[in-house]
Amino acid sequence: MIMADSGSSEEAAVIGNTDITSTESENNIINTMVERGTSLLKKMEISVAEAEKRTGKNTVNMQETYTVYLIEIRQAESATEGGTPAAPDTLWRRYSEFELLRTYLLVTYPYIIIPPLPEKRAEFVWHKLSADNLDPDFVERRRVGLENFLLRVASHPVLSNDNIFFHFLTEEKGWREAVLDTGFQDKVDSRLKSLSAMLRVKSPDRRFTALKQYSDELNAVVSQLLRVRARVADRLYGVYKVHGNYGRVFSEWSAIEKEMGDGLQSAGHHMDTYAASIDDILEEEEHYADQLKEYLFYTDAVRSVCRKHELMQYELEMASQDLAYKKQQKEELVTGTVRIFSLKGMTSKLFGSESQEQRESRLSALEQSIEEGIEAVMEKNTECRDFVRAAWEDIERFKEQKDKDLREALISYAIMQISMCKKGIQVWSNAKECFNKM
Amino acid sequence: MCACGTFILTAPGGSAARLGGRVDRVRSVGSASVWAEKFLVMSGHTVPADISGHMLDLDEDEDLEVFSKNTSLTDEGPVPNSPSSMVNQYRLEDDEEQQDANAKDLFISVEDPESHITAIETYIMYRVATKTTRSDFDSSEFEVRRRYQDFLWLRSKLEESHPTLIVHPLPEKFVMKGMVERFNDDFIETRRKALQRFLSRISEHPVLSHSQHFKVFLTAQDLAPHKKQGSGFLSRMGETMRAVANSVRGVKNRPEEFDVLQEYVENFSNKISSVDKVTQRIIKEQREYLDELRQYSSTYSQWAESEENLSEPLKGVASCAERCCNETEEQIQHLSEVLVPALHEYVLCTETLKAVMRRRDNIQAEFEVKSDTLASRKSDLDALQDEVDELAERMEKSNSALQLDWSRWRNTMRADLKAAFVSSAEKNVEYYEKCLAVWESFLVSQRGESISQRD
Repeated sequence: MIMADSGSSEEAAVIGNTDITSTESENNIINTMVERGTSLLKKMEISVAEAEKRTGKNTVNMQETYTVYLIEIRQAESATEGGTPAAPDTLWRRYSEFELLRTYLLVTYPYIIIPPLPEKRAEFVWHKLSADNLDPDFVERRRVGLENFLLRVASHPVLSNDNIFFHFLTEEKGWREAVLDTGFQDKVDSRLKSLSAMLRVKSPDRRFTALKQYSDELNAVVSQLLRVRARVADRLYGVYKVHGNYGRVFSEWSAIEKEMGDGLQSAGHHMDTYAASIDDILEEEEHYADQLKEYLFYTDAVRSVCRKHELMQYELEMASQDLAYKKQQKEELVTGTVRIFSLKGMTSKLFGSESQEQRESRLSALEQSIEEGIEAVMEKNTECRDFVRAAWEDIERFKEQKDKDLREALISYAIMQISMCKKGIQVWSNAKECFNKM
Repeated sequence: MCACGTFILTAPGGSAARLGGRVDRVRSVGSASVWAEKFLVMSGHTVPADISGHMLDLDEDEDLEVFSKNTSLTDEGPVPNSPSSMVNQYRLEDDEEQQDANAKDLFISVEDPESHITAIETYIMYRVATKTTRSDFDSSEFEVRRRYQDFLWLRSKLEESHPTLIVHPLPEKFVMKGMVERFNDDFIETRRKALQRFLSRISEHPVLSHSQHFKVFLTAQDLAPHKKQGSGFLSRMGETMRAVANSVRGVKNRPEEFDVLQEYVENFSNKISSVDKVTQRIIKEQREYLDELRQYSSTYSQWAESEENLSEPLKGVASCAERCCNETEEQIQHLSEVLVPALHEYVLCTETLKAVMRRRDNIQAEFEVKSDTLASRKSDLDALQDEVDELAERMEKSNSALQLDWSRWRNTMRADLKAAFVSSAEKNVEYYEKCLAVWESFLVSQRGESISQRD
């Protein structure tokens, strides 16, 4: 496994140790990114350290409460000299700025699967978990998600070199203007938003079709898994908490018994412990759910790349069609045959042909148009080919990343289950001993 | 379930030596043997003087005194060699939790439920099979068929004859809420087990197991003629009416130990009922959890179909989830079969205890009424005095009987519930151990595979 190779992390990656916690597992993933990655993460350590509530006026001049996140940049140890480590550079960003950054990246690098942001609103919650955006647990999980996002971008071979991204991390003021100055919003194609099948591509690229199908399947199954997980969590919570009632009743019962009293009382305490243990267990599991959610949102990014390719392919086909049509027209004009119906052609046939001069001017206009058309097609062709090449490079990279991350996630899930079982064994062994003393 | 075991009766010579051993656990049983003997003696015969003191004496030396006191007290012979007292002596050595084959001389099983359909009704008949070495039984093996009504008859007869003894409850007459059909398999099986437990408890009771009604129940091919026998029925009826009338007055001076007992019964009733409810709730939650858990397995399998490299670990997780589902199912079943019935029986016991307390109070009330009458009457003193003496004696007997049986019941309750709780805790440990093994083997497979991938 890659983990054993990674060097620079402070938290040691552990292998062969079933007591690895999910934090360690996450560090393993980060270490992977560092290794894979590139200049940016080798120079600096990025973290989203804190979250704070602010109030201010929004765009329609109304008071609102929102959360800001503190981004910390530390120069990597290798960059600093021995002695006291330098203080980190910090700045505050709110969620909407992250969104803006991501939109910029989506438009600027259409062939890249852009890492997703953590969910805007809590979904797939089990009932004890708050769906409130201002809930501290939700804010905390979002903080982690935002940090993850930055690390993913910073470790991406292409995205990490982007200037706007660099400024996002380093310049608090003026960043918004800088992004808008790039004029990326003009490139946003509204057609991408619509999911309709209006764009019918004549000869679709089979690889992209397969990818889109896979992405849809993954989306469906992970959504299903998250839903089931939420329900299972709910039920498990119920089971553990009801055992807490044993604690109370045993305690009361022990008061009226002589020989049985002590055993009952202490057994009751263990029942209370058992009931309380579920909170930590499910909190850890939330982490696993977040890992699944990241890939759920990734499917949207994958789909988006497929759509962009579709659009490109469509435009290429349109341009080719257009060119073919013009060539046809020219041929007809030259040979005098009408294969394609045109009003002008008909009227000239009916009302007498045009003059030689008119014909010649039309011909040259058409030839010009054909020239332009040929260039356009060539351009689109090149664009398309470049897109496909770059996209597939990223897709392969993504697939490898996904396989590794999700395998790690499944392993960490198994570790969580093991931990839960060990706790259960402990509690019930203790309880059994108490019952034996009854 | 005590069905068929071979009973080996050790020679009586060994008994005295063993007697000196463990005392604390079997105080009540040892003394009960004395008392059982006395009871048999007392029914219909003159009462030996000065016995009440012994019966209430519950100190450590009592077991030794059992032997010596017996010889002077009974008319029947020197050493109590009846199977019941020998049985009790052998119980001294028993592990409290183990039903040692050597100690029982009566093995009863309730098996083979069969449906009987008549024009009027449908009912179930059970085979009640008895194996015994008791000399007062004509044979060593018996087999009869009985229906629930017959069990009800037996129990009411036992309660009638021994109003202040604690007779183990029967399973409920009516269908509990939530069950659809009276004769579905689970219900029949649960009832069968409870009926067997009932008979088993009676057979272990030092007094009740020697009841004539019990013997008839176990041996008579046709119970109907015995059921009709209610010679004392009308007079008992009158007695009950009188008792009810008296109890309206209430008891004037209930001895403190019975006040304590009363309070305990009320508290215990609340607590055991709560524990029962909590347990039922746990089972309900577990079942709902299990339903959701099943979906995990199928979802992971479905995902595995879309993947290549991930397919293997996903299938692994699906398999783990499925195996955990099976373990959960087993755990729920264990809870339903072990803890729930045990708790439920003691919930039913509380009703019995309350009834016993009431009957004891009635007996005291009757005595008090007559006593007061005696105090105020001038004539017929002799006749009244006899009546009062009789009632006083009856009251004393009943109180002692209750005290002893109460002690016995407490121990039995403790043993029963302890066993049930220990078993449940053990099962839970086992459950988690099995699930742990499942996930650990998955982990090993993943770690092993990724190492080889790396190489």
